[in-house]
Amino acid sequence: MASIPVDLQLAHDHGLSTDEYDRLVRTLGRTPTFEELGVFSVMWSEHCSYKSSRRFLRRLPTTGPAILQGPGENAGIVDIGDGLAAVFKIESHNHPSFIEPYHGAATGVGGILRDVFTMGARPIASLNSLRFGAIEHPRTAQLLKGVVGGIGGYGNSVGVPTVGGEVYFNPGYNGNILVNAFTLGIAPADRIFRATAAGVGNPVIYVGSRTGRDGIHGASLLASREFDDKSEELRPAVQVGDPFTENVLIEACLALMRQDLIIGIQDMGAAGLTSSSVEMADRGQAGIVLDLDTVPTREAGITPYELLLSESQERMLIVAKEGCEEAVTNVFATWDLQAVVIGEVTDDGLFRTMWQGEEVVRIPVSALTSQAPAYERPAARPADLTAKQQLDLGTLPLPSDYAAVLTTLLTTPNLASKEWVYRQYDFLVGGNTVVQPGSDAAVMRLKGSDKGLGISVDCNSRYCALDPYRGAAIAVAESARNLAVSGARPVALSDCLNFGNPEKPEVMWQFVQAIDGMRAACEALEVAVVSGNVSFYNETDGQAIPPTPTVAMVGIVDTVTHHVTQWFKYPGDLVVLLGETHEELGASEYLATIHKQECGRPPRLDLEREKLLQQVCVRAARDGLFSSAHDVAEGGLAVALAEACISHPRQTLGARVTLTGDLRPDALLFGESQSRAIVSVRPADWDQLKALLHTHRLPFTVLGEVGGTDLEIAGYMKIATAALRRQWQTALAQQLTHE
Amino acid sequence: MKWGVVTFPGSNDDRDSLYCLERVLGQEAVPLWHKDRDLHGVEAIVLPGGFSYGDYLRCGAVARFSPVMSSVVAFARAGGPVLGMCNGFQILCESGLLPGALVRNRSLAFICEWVSVRVETTRTRFTARYAAGECLSLPIKHGEGCYVADEATLTALRDNDQIVFRYVNRAGEALDAANPNGAVQNIAGVTNANGNVVGLMPHPEHAVEALLGGEDGRRLFTSVFA
Repeated sequence: MASIPVDLQLAHDHGLSTDEYDRLVRTLGRTPTFEELGVFSVMWSEHCSYKSSRRFLRRLPTTGPAILQGPGENAGIVDIGDGLAAVFKIESHNHPSFIEPYHGAATGVGGILRDVFTMGARPIASLNSLRFGAIEHPRTAQLLKGVVGGIGGYGNSVGVPTVGGEVYFNPGYNGNILVNAFTLGIAPADRIFRATAAGVGNPVIYVGSRTGRDGIHGASLLASREFDDKSEELRPAVQVGDPFTENVLIEACLALMRQDLIIGIQDMGAAGLTSSSVEMADRGQAGIVLDLDTVPTREAGITPYELLLSESQERMLIVAKEGCEEAVTNVFATWDLQAVVIGEVTDDGLFRTMWQGEEVVRIPVSALTSQAPAYERPAARPADLTAKQQLDLGTLPLPSDYAAVLTTLLTTPNLASKEWVYRQYDFLVGGNTVVQPGSDAAVMRLKGSDKGLGISVDCNSRYCALDPYRGAAIAVAESARNLAVSGARPVALSDCLNFGNPEKPEVMWQFVQAIDGMRAACEALEVAVVSGNVSFYNETDGQAIPPTPTVAMVGIVDTVTHHVTQWFKYPGDLVVLLGETHEELGASEYLATIHKQECGRPPRLDLEREKLLQQVCVRAARDGLFSSAHDVAEGGLAVALAEACISHPRQTLGARVTLTGDLRPDALLFGESQSRAIVSVRPADWDQLKALLHTHRLPFTVLGEVGGTDLEIAGYMKIATAALRRQWQTALAQQLTHE
Repeated sequence: MKWGVVTFPGSNDDRDSLYCLERVLGQEAVPLWHKDRDLHGVEAIVLPGGFSYGDYLRCGAVARFSPVMSSVVAFARAGGPVLGMCNGFQILCESGLLPGALVRNRSLAFICEWVSVRVETTRTRFTARYAAGECLSLPIKHGEGCYVADEATLTALRDNDQIVFRYVNRAGEALDAANPNGAVQNIAGVTNANGNVVGLMPHPEHAVEALLGGEDGRRLFTSVFA
């Protein structure tokens, strides 16, 4: 067949810069073939190469005694004892979800599941972190419905429970939503599989769905460039998922891994067959040769270029032990899945592909991996940040009706109950969900162990926009705090770093600041970063999203029956505030919702205090001293108290409390000072808890007690909790259907 | 007692059903493979939840043609106890072992939540250990759980005492507000004329441990024990 001639213009059309194209030609010593140009363009894309972020990601702490696998594999792995390992990762699927919300979100779920089960782990829980534009924006309701439908449509059918997450609305995402998907799996600690190709002559086996023409250039043109008014034309670059095939693929792969047949396995995610084979060869310091004529296809006439770049879903690449081909094929045949030998491992360090007897690709593997371009792009503090950080409390009027403020806050889409979202997800399948959606963290039991795992995902991007260092540190701290109040000891996290165009110095500055803030919090809280993903170019028409370094964290509950939930349970319990409240209203939900201002600096974070609070919470949970414990976050103390009253799945309780302090009343009620928790405790346990607090020198205040049908904050409000619960529960659905 | 739990490709709650029977209730339980007509001598059969064969067609419409189902139908016709939960209920209706059909929820959305259901009859193999009128807390999780049947079928169901569960509020009343999916007459589960085949949309296998939210589902299984 006639090959398409390659020149600089075609390289530009593939997203490569002039410098990068020159580098490519120098590397090969010749003009690339059309197929080679396609391979370089995806492997050198920001999405696959991390060329703008690589050198900064090295600043994050990634090791620890329990860390079995840090970043660089399909997912991170933590030893959780009892012979078990927790395997997890969070990943973005932002641009596909904006263009085609249902399938974009669905395939985001499918992709992260494959990253986890490819390492030998059975997925036991998924979370998601979603960011949409303002709720009144004309596209928001349709995008939210599509994304939630896609997550549910895929996750429910594939049979992995979606047990929690977060949903936020901010005009900064009007033109670029975020869909970050997380999956946690459990594997035997001594049966971990890695994505490596080794052993000359070992067969390379393709399994799963046939290859079609979907998702071509998803990684390079969709994920690695800004949006504009032509982005709709990229819809063919969005893949379409098939959760049924994924469901049987999971079972077949896990069955395969119980035998001793394979060297390595990797899913075909971004950049499909190309990246999976190149990355496996790279990790095994080997070469790989593929015969593209043998790749199963959905239709005739698919070109080698398309075969190399297709991002068709539900496909895996396996390097098997020589002679085990038939055994591998049989495992997949049981599940009616195709497994075909398409190539073999070589020792020449080259990625080569054959098509109708001709070699159409011949590239040194290292040129696509370790020798790919890497940049230290210029960074500069945004010129307007200092002005945005100003907040003059002297000119901020005090509200006249605090009960009305509380009701308004609890019915904003950001703080309203997310029940409308999570009731569309199967959060029970698998039979491990101990704490269902609606509390600070989800808690999963581990069959065959007394332990449980807590999981939480967090990021306040308003904080990050106004101070990316502090905002990112708080994302780590809050995620850990959500675990600690649930009785889980935080151990490791996966990050999904969503930012604008890194070629802009202001975006690069935000990114570097966020990395440094995360590092500080991780080091102080002794939490390692074991996996993650960077998503740049989240911009439309030159407008970048607020920096959003999402943190998904995993913690261990040593005895799962000692987990804690956030809602009040028993009338007569004491209500106690752990930590201290300062006069901090900057970057708060109160300021944004009531005063329509997004300014000031986010609250301070004292990492030593934070660590102390978390240690005390984990200890008190273990000793069974909490009836409930709830992180104080957006909306402050009043919202946290209200949530403790109304978020119980089956009942509503009141509380009578008195708040003391000489702060402005709105700061006292709605300020978002960090390192605080609202706990309730049985009177009989109070002496023991008090002794624990004194021993650790953690400041606390007894606020009042649980009981009655009203939330009464002395001097400020008395509000019926049953009515408040109804408003909070229905607010999101109401605002969506008003569209 | 020896139980069999059928695995179709796309079944999801098959492993949860096996765990419930073996680990929680101490029964002998074996997986039954969709391609295998041999029932391996089981004395009771569970058709689990999930999305058999992807359920891209009507739910359960493909599963009814699987090799194992011909044996399950014969087993049921001979009086053997068969329980279908969620997708299993859909398959039983598609197979003609139970009357009626299940269509999309009236909200057109998937729903996962804990609901209250009232035991309407204790004459079936799976409800003998409950009391008539007793209310249970069980989870549902489905997109197509709206039970429908024509008037003649509904009359027959009522006359023959074949309505097994109804969705109710906390006061035990089968009101429309307590109906999560629009099912006719709030019907959550039915049985055949003999009472040996029961299908229901709720998931009793997910309500057998206090740690996971409740134990009200246990007696569906223990009712069958010899």
